[in-house]
Amino acid sequence: MADPVLRIENLSKSFGGLRVTDDVTLDVRAGELHAVIGPNGAGKTTLINQISGLLAPDAGHIAFAGEDITGLPAHRRAERGLARSFQITSILPRFSVLENVALAVQARNGSSFRFFGRAADEAGLNSPALAALAQVGLADRADAAAADLSHGEKRALELAIALAMEPKLLLLDEPMAGTGRDETDRLVAVLRSLKGRFPMVLVEHDMTAVFALADRISVMIYGRILASGPPDVVRNDPQVVAAYLGDEME
Amino acid sequence: MSLTLLIVQTLNGLQLGVLLFLIAAGLTLVFGVMDFINLAHGVQYMLGAYLAVMFYGLTGNFLFALVLALGAALLFGLVLEFAVFRHLYDRDHVDQVIATFGIIIFLNQGVKLLWGASPLSLPMPEALSGSIVLMPGILYPVWRLVIIASGLAVALILYLLVGHTRVGMLVRAGATNAPMVSALGVNIRRLFMIVFGFGTMLAGFAGIMIAPILSVEPGMGDTILILAFVVIVIGGIGSIRGAFLAALIIGLVDTLGRSFAVDILRLFMAPSPARTVGPAIASMLIYLLMAVVLYLRPAGLFPAKGRA
Amino acid sequence: MAQLALASDRTPRRSGLAGNVLPVLVFIVFAALPLFAAFQAEAYVLGLVTRVMIFAIAALSLDLLVGYGALVSFGHAAFVGLGAYAVGILSAHGVHDALISLPVALGVSALFAWATGIVCLRTKGVYFIMITLAFGQMVFFIATSLAPYGGDDGLTIRMRSTLAGFPIFNNDRSLYYICLACLLGAYLLCRALIGSRFGRVYRGARENALRMGTIGFEVYRFQLVMYVIAGMLAGLAGFLLGNATDFVSPAYMAWQRSGDLLIMVILGGMGTLHGAIVGSAAFLLTEEWLSGLTEHWKVIFGPLLVLVAVFARGGLIGVGTRLRGLLGG
Repeated sequence: MADPVLRIENLSKSFGGLRVTDDVTLDVRAGELHAVIGPNGAGKTTLINQISGLLAPDAGHIAFAGEDITGLPAHRRAERGLARSFQITSILPRFSVLENVALAVQARNGSSFRFFGRAADEAGLNSPALAALAQVGLADRADAAAADLSHGEKRALELAIALAMEPKLLLLDEPMAGTGRDETDRLVAVLRSLKGRFPMVLVEHDMTAVFALADRISVMIYGRILASGPPDVVRNDPQVVAAYLGDEME
Repeated sequence: MSLTLLIVQTLNGLQLGVLLFLIAAGLTLVFGVMDFINLAHGVQYMLGAYLAVMFYGLTGNFLFALVLALGAALLFGLVLEFAVFRHLYDRDHVDQVIATFGIIIFLNQGVKLLWGASPLSLPMPEALSGSIVLMPGILYPVWRLVIIASGLAVALILYLLVGHTRVGMLVRAGATNAPMVSALGVNIRRLFMIVFGFGTMLAGFAGIMIAPILSVEPGMGDTILILAFVVIVIGGIGSIRGAFLAALIIGLVDTLGRSFAVDILRLFMAPSPARTVGPAIASMLIYLLMAVVLYLRPAGLFPAKGRA
Repeated sequence: MAQLALASDRTPRRSGLAGNVLPVLVFIVFAALPLFAAFQAEAYVLGLVTRVMIFAIAALSLDLLVGYGALVSFGHAAFVGLGAYAVGILSAHGVHDALISLPVALGVSALFAWATGIVCLRTKGVYFIMITLAFGQMVFFIATSLAPYGGDDGLTIRMRSTLAGFPIFNNDRSLYYICLACLLGAYLLCRALIGSRFGRVYRGARENALRMGTIGFEVYRFQLVMYVIAGMLAGLAGFLLGNATDFVSPAYMAWQRSGDLLIMVILGGMGTLHGAIVGSAAFLLTEEWLSGLTEHWKVIFGPLLVLVAVFARGGLIGVGTRLRGLLGG
């Protein structure tokens, strides 16, 4: 079996006396969609923050495509193809939807230390940006100010920005957070269409989405991985059912 | 470089440090609790001095002048808070900078209008105007010792107030997370007023105490304001403890640096260039210190909001 | 702290009316002024407007930082002073050629901006304001201790810069047009910068620095480069100022002058570029007018600033926009 794209080993992080990440070992294989689920406060977002480089772990290692990235700052990880979306929408509200995505394209398209020439007119940036927007169904909103989008549209924009980075690994932190049924279904369809192209880590509460998409599921409680494996195995694991799924499934 | 000079200058450094602390304490709380940049803090220091001179002229007694001036300074500060600052708490820092800058311009000119542009002086109390023998061969002005002592006393009072009273706890909470304190139902407006008023009094007190030594003139608050900013930035915004430590460090570094820079440089270079470069380096010293501290700790030594 | 609400938020489209009419008008007025001034008090008017244009360049460069990057620098006058001292010190040593003193002015400003920017840009918010203020003070004090160059009293510049031997700065009119050309150049440069790839990342960083980092941009580097560019432009203003006033002193770098620059940017309307030019004119002309009225004009000027800060959101440009809206525009 090929080496995992992402390998997390014995990752630990404490805030004061609280262990938010407790000796987590996890891996993500090529092409798989690996879901991470668990109750609120389990430490899922903290884990994502450590993988993407916004938070430094106290102990442990993170290896991406064979390279140890534990000490790398966030922007360097992004350069290497590690993309993420945020649980709390993090976009550029007063830029247009298109520019939000075009900036992500720009990051991988030659030097940004160009001081002349209008970036907003560059077809080489706008076309791939439009393509990413089309994938999430936002192509017709390209010229709107990002702040004017509905909540569900903003979640889709989050995804488009990450896609525009041509990711080698996509970290999705609750992409369906706060979205209605229609929006959720749309996002699930988009994610399903992306499956296999690159590995994804999906943190989600929406169990329907998780079980529809995941190749493997890891369950986190109190910063620890309780169980990890294919959906059917995890959903029937008595520990998991007792601790978490029992309430979620009904 | 004699031992006598070293001891005297160390004491002078402490005196400057204590003075800076008095000014910085109010400033750092206003920043920390209210997120409000108050450039006008320096003119409150100046106003304290001018009011003391005025009341001394009326009463002929330093103590009366002190008390009356403190009261008047507090009153003026509250008027300023009510008339101007209140409208700026939610605004951008740039707007606060400009508004308080306008107040500085207004007051610097205002005191010139009222009291003239020439420097004024305030005599210190007779009993405390002499010098005492600290050690054989070292004569030190009593008044400077009084300043040091009163500064340390204020530091102690603040420590007790902030650390051991309910209001102090609210202030500390406010410095860490003001919106949260407000959401918990505390009358944040009243807290702001208390913090602000207290800070104003401290600045005025510093102005009154230093008036007998320095000359009282328009613009006297401007330079010391910058020093106070350096203090709170190094100490960490919102932290009284940080302000105290940083103030003493800066007072000592600045005073000792200015006295001994040329001598220290003379160990490495010829007398003439040392005499040219020395004063320049001495004046840069505290800014270099600040740069180093901020490079290592971008939020100061003891930031109230904790290190990111 | 309330989010800075600015006009600069989207990449300025090649907008037909609002974005371009005002700047064009401003430059036409500046260009035509000497023709009208020929009829009365020429030297005075030319001198005044020359100063307006010089400070407009400095205010423009500050707008790059404050308006587009939310980097409120309270020490920007230091660069103006450095540029002026470059002219002064070189002149004191007999070097008058602009081909030498201008690059030196720009180089010293760039170096200072880079060295201090490295430290300043690691801080945020209030800390940034304070540390830029303190660095400005540092340069001020260095200047006051430069005894061979006048120290506190300043340095008279006995001979204005020449360009390859030609004394083109000597004539008031030609100095005026040189400053106008520099202002125009600076304005166009800033507009290009803002709309460029570099500018877009820089502006995005003001909006959401975290997001920019996770896209792959090292925000710190972009801010540092912009800080150096802004410093150099202000150094250019200093070079022109030294020539215009035949004098340089530490007062050019006092923190109150940095405050003046901030006021010009805010007064005009930050994040608009042409607002900085309008603000510079409004500030200096008001100062000139008021000081003619009374010796104690600052008693009026101070509260005026307070009122501007409290009430005039978006500066004069913002007021203008609102008026146009009210009048059914």
